[in-house]
Amino acid sequence: MKRFLFSAAFFVTLLLIWEWAFRARLWSPVLLPAPEQVGNYLKSAAEDGTLWHATIITMRRLLIGYFVGMIGGLPLGLLTARWNLFRDTIGTMALGLQTLPSVCWVPLALLWFGQSEAAMLFVVVMGTLWSVVIATDTGVRNVPPIFRRAALTMGSKGLHMWLKVILPAALPFVVSGMKQGWAFAWRSLMAAEIFVTILTGFGLGQLLHYGRELSAMDQVIGIIVVIVVIGLLADKIFFSPIERFLHRRWGTSQA
Amino acid sequence: MHHTVARSSATEELEVIAPSKLSIDEVSKSFQSATGNVLALDRVSLQVAEAEFVCLVGASGCGKSTLLNIIAGLEKPDSGRVLADGKPVAGPGRERLVMFQEPALFPWLDVLGNVLFGLKLKANLTNKDRRDVAKYYLELVGLTRFEHANIHELSGGMKQRVALARALAPNPRVLLMDEPFAALDALTREQLYGDIQRIWKSRRKTIVFVTHNVREAACLGDRVLLFSPHPGRIREEFVVDLPRPRDINSVDLASYATRIMRSLKGLTHDSEEIGE
Repeated sequence: MKRFLFSAAFFVTLLLIWEWAFRARLWSPVLLPAPEQVGNYLKSAAEDGTLWHATIITMRRLLIGYFVGMIGGLPLGLLTARWNLFRDTIGTMALGLQTLPSVCWVPLALLWFGQSEAAMLFVVVMGTLWSVVIATDTGVRNVPPIFRRAALTMGSKGLHMWLKVILPAALPFVVSGMKQGWAFAWRSLMAAEIFVTILTGFGLGQLLHYGRELSAMDQVIGIIVVIVVIGLLADKIFFSPIERFLHRRWGTSQA
Repeated sequence: MHHTVARSSATEELEVIAPSKLSIDEVSKSFQSATGNVLALDRVSLQVAEAEFVCLVGASGCGKSTLLNIIAGLEKPDSGRVLADGKPVAGPGRERLVMFQEPALFPWLDVLGNVLFGLKLKANLTNKDRRDVAKYYLELVGLTRFEHANIHELSGGMKQRVALARALAPNPRVLLMDEPFAALDALTREQLYGDIQRIWKSRRKTIVFVTHNVREAACLGDRVLLFSPHPGRIREEFVVDLPRPRDINSVDLASYATRIMRSLKGLTHDSEEIGE
């Protein structure tokens, strides 16, 4: 409760400073609208459905791309951890491509797929895939050999060994890879939506883009707030419970 | 006339089954190391009777753990063979379960989940049977209250108790123990000496126990075998003829331990590595 109050007080103070900066006319109102104006924009965008529509479209792109990246990344990571042939090929490629900022995929995606959903999906998958591959690989390589030996004597082998021993033992690494993959997917999707103005659906990034085109600063700031809140919620609702479970089970300290 | 009553699998599963007879025949094993080829085991032969408790004692690096791993099927000998009840050991299997020096418990499972791990690999049981069996063994090691505890919440001694329950649960015929108590404090160890003797008596297992602690070996073993390193060989054999349960602090036991220790010192130059 005390922590919640502190947290609330902090954000209220931020709002007050913003309000003060607006009233003091530190910048032109075109560049810095009042918190109220941003609130009004969000309210009207929510009422006429634009905001929900854009959020749903963006989340759909994100989740599909993220899911594909996970489904591809996990087995690839297991392969690179298991066989040096895969490590020297796919593993090296993953290591290289992971360092590439995912926004760099946008020009390529545009030329390959044109202004289409496929281009979006491609960029999100590229953002997710490689960090999941690398995290899974690292996780599997860090499984203490004694777990495997203990499981072997109890009659575990093959697929059972992978699913019931190696994968759960690698879970802390895999989850941090999933989290990183999520962050990369989210960033790359925003980049893609800002650059790729397609007609199949208007996402949050596109709202942001048109906010700039129209010099509608209330819209730009409003959408930024929405994007930040979605990122926070994803962390609190999806990743935090998993991490709490890991900390409790493994007995690692919660940083 | 009697009706045949179908017994539940859990009861069947908990039956005391016949322990194995082990026969180790001229087993040799060498390793490549930085200093060249090391002969870890040199034509070692050993017979272990059903339900016998045999302790292998020697300095670090004398090959006793290697022999245990070969009996477990985790490693293959270069030559020679291991027979369990007359059948060659081809690989690891739950007939011969291993307890390691580290508990090697799975941190992603709770205590009960760890004990259930081996049982889940037995296809003929229902989930209820498995839980009943797991709970029986948790009670046997005195950890019923901790079935839902996370592994990191347990003390070292409790962890080894869980590891013991996990090794006993699939009802193996042989227990292979690789210095399982070496990392524990003296008081906890003494309790576990009592537990292991009680459980060995009630569950009838053949036990091969590796240790560098002579007193521990004299306390637990029907026989104590002395290993010498470079190359690893069995040099001497002591039959410990004391009534059970044995107390690690008893005077009779101390005299056995002294005799074994004296022989061991004659065999090895690394005497500082030998605990008393």
